[in-house]
Amino acid sequence: MTIDFGSSVMTLIVVALVTGVTRAIPYLLFGGKKELPAAINYLGNVLPASIMIILVVYCLRNIDLTTFPFGLAELLSVAIVIAAQVVKKNTFLSIFLGTACYMILIHTVFLK
Amino acid sequence: MKTFRFAIKQIIPLLFSYFFVGIAFGILIHKAGYSAQWAFLAGVFIYAGSMQIVMVSLLTSEVSLYMVAIMTFFINARHIFYGIGFVDRFRKMGWRYPYMVLTMTDETYSVRCSIKYPEDVDEQNIDFYIALICHLLWIFSCTIGALLGQIMPFDMTGIEFSATAFFVTVCINQWRLFGSHIPAIAGFVSAIVFYILFGADTFLLPALSVSLVVMMMMKDRIDIQMGGMKCDN
Repeated sequence: MTIDFGSSVMTLIVVALVTGVTRAIPYLLFGGKKELPAAINYLGNVLPASIMIILVVYCLRNIDLTTFPFGLAELLSVAIVIAAQVVKKNTFLSIFLGTACYMILIHTVFLK
Repeated sequence: MKTFRFAIKQIIPLLFSYFFVGIAFGILIHKAGYSAQWAFLAGVFIYAGSMQIVMVSLLTSEVSLYMVAIMTFFINARHIFYGIGFVDRFRKMGWRYPYMVLTMTDETYSVRCSIKYPEDVDEQNIDFYIALICHLLWIFSCTIGALLGQIMPFDMTGIEFSATAFFVTVCINQWRLFGSHIPAIAGFVSAIVFYILFGADTFLLPALSVSLVVMMMMKDRIDIQMGGMKCDN
């Protein structure tokens, strides 16, 4: 495969720059020496609860609920993570059990 | 040393996620015809898993730089929301401030949202170590993937689920910790609604924005509920 060196470099630079700018936007807006607006403080406190659950949906966005296996591997594994975390409160154990369950399921029961 | 060990301990839950997603990216970019140096540079300067994977397909297609910029913005726009809670914390960090800003990822954000600092350690140092170690781990995984990903001995398909599992555990912890469940419910409902309305590729930003608006509108109620929680502690 032949690669156009120049345009590859440019693509990498653009992706890196825009990623950096996106991450910097809130700091550019509110990061000066001034007192932080109260609304931003409040949002900073409560947003995580919203964002994390949206992030979970985002991770699962590509499952297909209309055809077999209807995302069963994902949903079952998430259920195991929730159960383990509620009962044992051990983050590493919950991740381990959920991931193991998921890998076993997609390598045995729900072959893709 | 104590600070360093504490930071390492916080990172353990996302080791797999970083390691295997990085390797997946390395394999992809290697297959597209790029050397390990490219994987290394992408790891250092981009440091965003899903974006790097999308970039591989951008590299091999004839997309204009203008489109590349727009796509990058929309794929990474969720990071804008991450910054909101950390402005005050990071701007006190002197020379490390820009580095902290540029190295915020899904994973480091989640770690920082669920972390409980012990009393006798320096919180800023912990924050910095977490950022640095995660970044180095990511660079290492990307490069290793491009160097020898082809000869991985096992079929590791599915290991990427560890990231999802990690985010789920953070959700559970927050559900326990937060006095008000309105933010979580608002997030979940708007994610599902916009997923159904707009589909998998475009639901993220409207969902984030709407839950932000909901939280502004219900500020008084949430404040009271959150205040109730603080009194219990």
